[in-house]
Amino acid sequence: MTRWILVVPVLAFMALVAVLLGGLETADERQLIDSPLVGKPVPDFDLPTLHEPERRVRDDDLAGAPYLLNVWGSWCPACRIEHPWIVRLDEEAPVPLIGLNWKDERTDALRWLEAFGDGWDLHLVDYVGDTAIDLGVYGAPETFLVDAEGIIVHKHIGPIDERSFADLMQRAAALADGGEET
Amino acid sequence: MLFALILLLPAPVPAQDGTDNPIAPLEFRSETERARYHALIGELRCTVCQNQALASSDAPLAADLRRTVYRQIHAGRTDTEIRQFMRDRYGDFVLYNPPLAGHTLLLWAGPPLLLIIGGIAAVFIVARRRRMLARAD
Repeated sequence: MTRWILVVPVLAFMALVAVLLGGLETADERQLIDSPLVGKPVPDFDLPTLHEPERRVRDDDLAGAPYLLNVWGSWCPACRIEHPWIVRLDEEAPVPLIGLNWKDERTDALRWLEAFGDGWDLHLVDYVGDTAIDLGVYGAPETFLVDAEGIIVHKHIGPIDERSFADLMQRAAALADGGEET
Repeated sequence: MLFALILLLPAPVPAQDGTDNPIAPLEFRSETERARYHALIGELRCTVCQNQALASSDAPLAADLRRTVYRQIHAGRTDTEIRQFMRDRYGDFVLYNPPLAGHTLLLWAGPPLLLIIGGIAAVFIVARRRRMLARAD
């Protein structure tokens, strides 16, 4: 009479196996933390530039036009993997590409740029890492797309690859078009 | 996976925990502040090495975040304000003790729910056994 109830634990176990197997598929994606800052303004910053340490740039100085902000460091191997796409962004993206040199020694950073090429339009320097914390950065490289109003509209975590390059290009183009219309 | 490993590589750390000397012990104005600091870095997750707390992580970012916690305690911020500071930047994920909300309902309600289901099942089984024993007598 109550024989059928024996099937319940088996079904429950199979359901658990299915859920866990499904979890394995997306394990890598779940390491990426959705940033609560998407849709919010870029945090206030006032940082020196890499090439001219005396020159400081504030977030307000960059406002008025969309830009890409790429967090990198010479100590970061994934930044080297991403570098060919940085070069292509520099050549093809309709918005400026700004580097945030994160927790890096100036001489190392300059040597790295000399060796691999400098595809960025400007480099800001965050030596102590406070601005990176305000940006919710948790690993390099990370790339933010900021609109003309200074709102973070997109964040890409990890090295840029073919797919994320196309995605960034599309989003940047949409922002650049929108900017010309208004 | 490779990406995760790469993130763990050491970066040059200029100074740790709000002091210029990276190996100098932290100075607190009171034992309460010291206890608050240790409690907070124990309950905040290191976002680079995601299964460690800030307290146990060697990652340079964890050192920066510990320094931030230290400075904010020094500046008189409350624990709630410091947790909110981290949540604003890294989301609920930084909290090992996530808030009760719609998307965390299953997380919080799941274990008690399973306990209740198990309890009901146990009651039924015991009752049935008792009936069967009674009949056997």
